[in-house]
Amino acid sequence: MTLSMFIQNIINALQWGSFYALIALGYSMVYGVLLLINFAHGDIFMVGAYVGFFISTFLLGAYGFQLPWQLSGGLVIFLTFLLSMALTAGVGVTIERVAYRPLRRKGVSRLYVVITALMVGLLLENGNLALLGASRRNFPDLIPRVLYSVGEVNFTNIKIIVIIVTLLVFVFLQTVVLKTKWGMAMRAISYDRMAVPLMGIPVDTIIVMTFVLGSSMAAVAGILFAVSYPVLEPYMGALVGWKAFISAVVGGIGDIRGAIVGGLILGFTEIFVATIFPSTFRDLISFGVLLLILTLRPNGIFGIARRTKV
Amino acid sequence: MKRRILGTLMVLMLGICLCSNGWAADVIKIGFNIELTGDIPKVGEASKYAAEMLKDQINRAGGLKVGNKSYQLNFIYEDNEAKAESAAAAALKLITQNQVLGFIGPQASKQAIPAGEVADTNQTVMVTGWSTNPKTTLNRPWVFRACFLDPFQGPVLAKFATEVLKAKKAAVLYDIASDYPKGLAEFFKEAFEKIHGKGSVVAFETFTTKDRDFSAQLTKIVASKADILFTPQYYDEVPLIVKQAHEMGWKKPVLGSDSWGSAELMNLCGNDCKGLFFSTHYAAAGAKGATKQFIDNYKAKYKYEPDDVSALTWDATRLLLQAIQNTKGLTGDLKKDRKAIRDQMAKIREFDGITGKMSFDGKTGDPIKCAVIVKISQEGKFEFYKSVCP
Repeated sequence: MTLSMFIQNIINALQWGSFYALIALGYSMVYGVLLLINFAHGDIFMVGAYVGFFISTFLLGAYGFQLPWQLSGGLVIFLTFLLSMALTAGVGVTIERVAYRPLRRKGVSRLYVVITALMVGLLLENGNLALLGASRRNFPDLIPRVLYSVGEVNFTNIKIIVIIVTLLVFVFLQTVVLKTKWGMAMRAISYDRMAVPLMGIPVDTIIVMTFVLGSSMAAVAGILFAVSYPVLEPYMGALVGWKAFISAVVGGIGDIRGAIVGGLILGFTEIFVATIFPSTFRDLISFGVLLLILTLRPNGIFGIARRTKV
Repeated sequence: MKRRILGTLMVLMLGICLCSNGWAADVIKIGFNIELTGDIPKVGEASKYAAEMLKDQINRAGGLKVGNKSYQLNFIYEDNEAKAESAAAAALKLITQNQVLGFIGPQASKQAIPAGEVADTNQTVMVTGWSTNPKTTLNRPWVFRACFLDPFQGPVLAKFATEVLKAKKAAVLYDIASDYPKGLAEFFKEAFEKIHGKGSVVAFETFTTKDRDFSAQLTKIVASKADILFTPQYYDEVPLIVKQAHEMGWKKPVLGSDSWGSAELMNLCGNDCKGLFFSTHYAAAGAKGATKQFIDNYKAKYKYEPDDVSALTWDATRLLLQAIQNTKGLTGDLKKDRKAIRDQMAKIREFDGITGKMSFDGKTGDPIKCAVIVKISQEGKFEFYKSVCP
């Protein structure tokens, strides 16, 4: 492998790992507060991509519907992100309200909630299939593609944006969780669910907040994913979601840093295995590596057995 | 109370069974085992649309005349979800439960190969429109097809890459988990290396179905200094591959195969695919005679230009109907009729389809026919470039 190929693959891996990281964040946040593995999260990511698709095509006037004023490119991007995040957060909160909260109220075992989460995921996938049909959708060129070449290394502005946004999201969430009162409440809930309401902390509001944060980050990931890989399909979230979940576990589920590191580790191993070996070895080797990490650190890289989560 | 409901239901079901048996007398049932959902739903849609058009046309004209009796056609569509195991299950359902005389599809080789196995063991004629992998019909006397084969398509593309695109070194990117891309990639490699010597395929890269990121493979391909990139993938993957190749700084041509030719390709690919070439079964632009009539009718009914899958489904269905007519009369005994249809299928030597003339040698279910190389124009249309005959 030449040096330029190596650098090229580092950029590829950073971008690919960023998607795992962004989705893993949502798994980690919800787990950190509720100790619930929200298996529907991969499909919330898919919903985010579809919502982004409809909003951006609407704003770009692709439905033959002209807005009374011309929106500039930057404003369209901003509005698409903002509205998609809000709507997807709404979907996440609705799922929590309809599917998880009633079960929590009844105090059933966490296992049933996890099964419910799996069902919700399938519901979203097949609901999309039934509602919008099986045909693929082409995500519009929301962010105009610019190609940069440095020597033999080629990258687009989109790749750079993906990597930077992931970093920003990480810093933002880390600040929220560690520096704000809301974050303190989140951490407290995972620490002791019984005592926290006695201290006057509105548990349900905090949980809703967690879902808002996690789902809106899934929307960001969904739009960026759709911009990078512009063919949308109802099952796009399933496989990526599973892999992101695994990377959250490897990083130490419940920890924001863990989600980022786990996602990047998976991205790097996948890209570099595909570069060096035939691609059939990719999942074999990358999951072998993850298994090894988990054997050495069963709680994940940043995970500490059931203590300070989130 | 519960027992009464059950009783009523059973009576109702009995009634339905009797009714459907009553209709069966003057109806010919043909199955369609097609990709209505899954990775390539446009393929299933195109097949169904073409079949519906043919059915309406024949039924409106009084039905299909077999011997001295006219039959109404009843087409049954089963979704195989573009999965190998579902295709086998759909084939079995059509054969045993729906009791069809024969069935059309599946269209992609990944599904057609296992479904062909089911058709062959259950002694029912299967005609696939679009599956070009040789394994689909190999040693299966009950399986036929309406398209050319990959051992023919591979060399056609290798020759085209050499002569027109002036390629001396080629790169290939294909899905190793799917029969059609894997088979065709290997046939292309063999043919290309025959022309340019061993090692002229400088990158032979793989991925697995559902992959979305090809950056690692494309980095290798760009670094290999190949003159063309050949990628025999389906329309949902081609846009991603071509766009990512361009993002990696690939400026040379990308060459495709007949799986590219879906009406949906340009909706998904946009500007990135313009100016590229691929091989296919027919070109809609500049068609004449029956082909033009088919295109016009299809366009009028469904508002878009029919792709090669629609045209091949039309031909495959007509082949099967021709064989049914040639039996000179159905007995009503399913087993006997299926056997008679298979014998008549094997006797067809020449068939004038809308995708061109086909000739069969009677030994295999594979036609000998021409391939077409198509160029994607700046308007996003598939333009006829040249025709290559065996």
